[in-house]
Amino acid sequence: MIPAQFDYVAPASVEDALAALAEHGDDAKIIAGGQSLLPVLRMRLNAPEWIIDLGRIESLRGVRDDGDSIVIGAMTPHSVVGSDPLVAEHATLITRAVEHLADAQVRHRGTFGGALAHADPAGDLGAPVRALGASFVIQGPGGTRTVSADDFFVDLFETAIGDDEILTEVRVPKHTGWGAHYEKFVRVAHQWPIVAVAATVRVEGGTIAEARIGLTNMGSTPLRAAAVEAALAGQPATEAAVRAAAAHAAEGTHPPSDLNGDADYRRHLATVITRRAVLAAAGA
Amino acid sequence: MTATAVDHEIGRDRRRKEDQRLITGRTRWTDNIVLPGMLHLAMVRSPFAHANIASIDTSEAQQAPNVIAVLTGADFGDELGVCINAWPITPDQVTPVHSPMPSDRVSFAGEIVAVVVARSAAEARDAAELVEVEYDELPAALDLKEAAADSVLAHPDLGTNKSALWVFDSGEAGTGGNVEDAIGKARADGIVIEREYRQQRLIPAFMEPRSVVVDPTGEQLVMYSATQIPHILRFALAATTGVPESKIRVIAPDVGGGFGGKLQVTPEEWIAWAVGRRVGKPVKYTETRSESLMSGHHGRDQWQKLTLAAEKDGTVTGLKVELLADLGAYVAIVGGGVPVLGAFMFNAIYKFPAYHFACQTVLTNKTWTDAYRGAGRPEATYAIERLMDELAAEVGVDPLEVREKNWIKHEEFPFTTVAGLEYDSGNYEAATAKARQMFGYDELRAEQMARRASGDPVQLGIGVSTFTEMCGLAPSRVLGQLDYGAGGWEYASVRMLATGKVEVTTGASAHGQGHETAFSQIVADRLGVAFEDVEVLHGDTAVAHKGLDTYGSRSLAVGGEALVRAADKVVEKAKPIAAHLLEASVEDIDFAGGRFSVRGTDQGMAIGEIATAVFAAHNLPDGVEPSLDSDATYDPVNFSFPHGTHLCAIEVDTETGALKMRKYVCVDDVGNIINPLIVSGQVHGGLVQGIAQALWEEAVYDDSGTLVSGSFVDYLLPTAADTISFDIDHTTSPATTHSLGVKGVGEAGTIASTPAVVNAVVDALRQYGVHDIQMPCTPERVWRAIQGGGAGGSTEGAAMPHFDPSEPGQDSTEGAGA
Repeated sequence: MIPAQFDYVAPASVEDALAALAEHGDDAKIIAGGQSLLPVLRMRLNAPEWIIDLGRIESLRGVRDDGDSIVIGAMTPHSVVGSDPLVAEHATLITRAVEHLADAQVRHRGTFGGALAHADPAGDLGAPVRALGASFVIQGPGGTRTVSADDFFVDLFETAIGDDEILTEVRVPKHTGWGAHYEKFVRVAHQWPIVAVAATVRVEGGTIAEARIGLTNMGSTPLRAAAVEAALAGQPATEAAVRAAAAHAAEGTHPPSDLNGDADYRRHLATVITRRAVLAAAGA
Repeated sequence: MTATAVDHEIGRDRRRKEDQRLITGRTRWTDNIVLPGMLHLAMVRSPFAHANIASIDTSEAQQAPNVIAVLTGADFGDELGVCINAWPITPDQVTPVHSPMPSDRVSFAGEIVAVVVARSAAEARDAAELVEVEYDELPAALDLKEAAADSVLAHPDLGTNKSALWVFDSGEAGTGGNVEDAIGKARADGIVIEREYRQQRLIPAFMEPRSVVVDPTGEQLVMYSATQIPHILRFALAATTGVPESKIRVIAPDVGGGFGGKLQVTPEEWIAWAVGRRVGKPVKYTETRSESLMSGHHGRDQWQKLTLAAEKDGTVTGLKVELLADLGAYVAIVGGGVPVLGAFMFNAIYKFPAYHFACQTVLTNKTWTDAYRGAGRPEATYAIERLMDELAAEVGVDPLEVREKNWIKHEEFPFTTVAGLEYDSGNYEAATAKARQMFGYDELRAEQMARRASGDPVQLGIGVSTFTEMCGLAPSRVLGQLDYGAGGWEYASVRMLATGKVEVTTGASAHGQGHETAFSQIVADRLGVAFEDVEVLHGDTAVAHKGLDTYGSRSLAVGGEALVRAADKVVEKAKPIAAHLLEASVEDIDFAGGRFSVRGTDQGMAIGEIATAVFAAHNLPDGVEPSLDSDATYDPVNFSFPHGTHLCAIEVDTETGALKMRKYVCVDDVGNIINPLIVSGQVHGGLVQGIAQALWEEAVYDDSGTLVSGSFVDYLLPTAADTISFDIDHTTSPATTHSLGVKGVGEAGTIASTPAVVNAVVDALRQYGVHDIQMPCTPERVWRAIQGGGAGGSTEGAAMPHFDPSEPGQDSTEGAGA
């Protein structure tokens, strides 16, 4: 498992990283935590001439409070996100999802932004950030732009990030006081989810006032279960009501078929997992 | 002065001597070995399952930096040798020649067609990418049943895929009646259970990838290899490459697991051997995990057609077994012998009056198959233990009850089975009673009924497996009768050092079993020396010059017994010397607790003192050689037959098909136990490996013969996070055919657990009309079975492209962003 030879640069600032990216263009790959890129290199499925390592750019790390949102630096390791009190208080759904992300070693090395930019539809972070309506701050030669979660995920392993751009941070609107649960269906613990559901709900007096639900691995990108969200709004947080709403979970999805299950099985799973996730999020 | 042991070592929970170095990795793994001037190899492998090699252009690779040579099969003649099959199971077995590096045609995806020799491993790998091979693809024989029909030939020149048909019939052998008569009678007035079970293809997946270093610079050519079988490897190198055996030294340094997967002579070893001799410098090859999964031999892969005849009360009257076994592209070293090892175990612990077994081995264009933990016996145990549950369901009684009706009673041992084996000892009643009590069997059955009655979405299933197996391979004369290419004895020696310390050599070759600890305990007791004073040496043909290595749960039952005999010879040699030094007659010398004493006096000497006196040799009796060193070669008179009762409770989430193990109890009778801690470790690991076959693991190929489950993303190995805490205990019926009374435990857990788990799953689902779930019992298969989809079908299909997003450069692999 030896990668092909490559040159390596570790810039100290986003500007330097952008310059390196501009210089090497298609011959370069950016490495964040390396938890997906390194296996690709070692299996020689890709052989970039340059690796641009963002690991020394301190400004890309950390979580901060920014009024209505919390801001997670793209290079913040999962383990930091998972134990961050701001995230736990205002974006509990992300805390819940990170608990289930891969294993302790990967959570230590892997980064929040790296995983999202990788855009594996089976990754555990896409569904919660979509559910929470996060936005993505992307920096390029022409400056900085912000892309909504709905527009960020384009296709399998493809995002709105341009070839000459870098994801710098993710802004997550505060969902303070919302119940949250990430329900992941796997055969073995270290596996990518076969299906997972990220659910966060605002319950008022036993009624689900608002629900936001993301689906993992039910299509080529993380998805929102909009029909379920609509069906839940105003419903009592009861098993029967949630079951009826969750029956819509597979609407508009295009799940893959693979060794772990055919698409129709995944569609079925989505309804069951969604029900369980919503009930857990609602504390019912 | 040597410390004298004060207490019995046998039976103690000794922590393993070898663990610190093995667990930290700070030891001599083959890949850690660095020799002066060493060159590195990289293999070029076929991506096609079956193809003619049209041309190989090595010119660009030859020009790459620091490349010494790029060699193909055509560059070697006979010096390359062949990979051998040591067990032609029938005289007319069809056996394709297995060149380590064929020059004309490849027969499975992953087969080696060229080797690059370079100054570093990275340069060798880079240059391997530059070797241009043109293939003309041929139709591939992939599906086992289709291959058995010869519709597409795996080796067109052989004219058939059918390698050998091996048959045992109790009527013909005189060990029982005629099975067709039994089936006929049962059809008229009894019960006939007919089933077809699939033993999916598995991958041994040992932790340390295979690695080989060849050093041709001395008078003896040395091969270091991560192998289970250094002695057999040395023999095979001599037999097939023309190098005299006396010029070959094979060393298995610390080896990180095998599970049968390193019971092989491999193309990689043969190529490294030939290249090392060709270039005259040390060479190293270490496989990647991908190469390991793709080209190291696989295990299991059978279709089992089974017919069980019984009376209406559940008394079994006959069993007929018809197997198709997938050999893969070549007949490996044990090869077709693996299902034959199962032939004697389908009757298990039961008194079947009639038995017929037939196994057709079949060549396909897949990775070759061979031994994998249990080797033949898990397949047999799975089949019969699944059938006994089906019989119980048909009769309408508890699965334990139908087993008890048919099993050998403890007072009936020794018992000669319908397969012709003599079981020396056992007590199935005792193990079952203990397991039942530990499990809380009746309470769990009551809970199961309550969940059924209430229509709980989580249903409970209870699975039973009352297994036995034959291990301690093996009496040489039996192997001879089966046409196996070697014997089954084992060798040991004991050397008394001048300082009173003890060096032991064994022909067994540990690769994680804990021989250094267990064998030290045996010698400490036998010689009355301290555990710490015994050093166990193994895995080097220049140190333990003969042996038959480690597999088939044989090291303790055979190698341990050899060691006992060698140690006893030391005592016998020391006795006259002790008498001489103590000025007493030999008849008056007693040996106990490491001390030779003169009966009726307080005079005596420790064995270490005798060793020192022998080293000095100043004062020995006339005609006595100055040595206590002794050796022994022990040929077992019988197999050993561990048995046990395994009970498993599984919760089935009927909404998703997810399975959750609730409880697992096993009471194994492995005879006397040397080190309970090591036995527990073997049982735990064995259980997980068997449970993994039931629930998780499967080597899946696509329609073109590519291994889809070619990484641990898709080949699902469980971790501690996926298992529960097992409740294990023992009953003890010592083996009666040797002095240690041990039975072997390396494979027991794996053999027993697979049917216990699947029986539990089926038990939960039988209420929905389900009587089988194909392994691995994936949630999807379970869910579909509940929906009325039968056995859940196969999982053949594409893997998720986690590591293969798209063409290089088009994706956003962790890169176009942060």
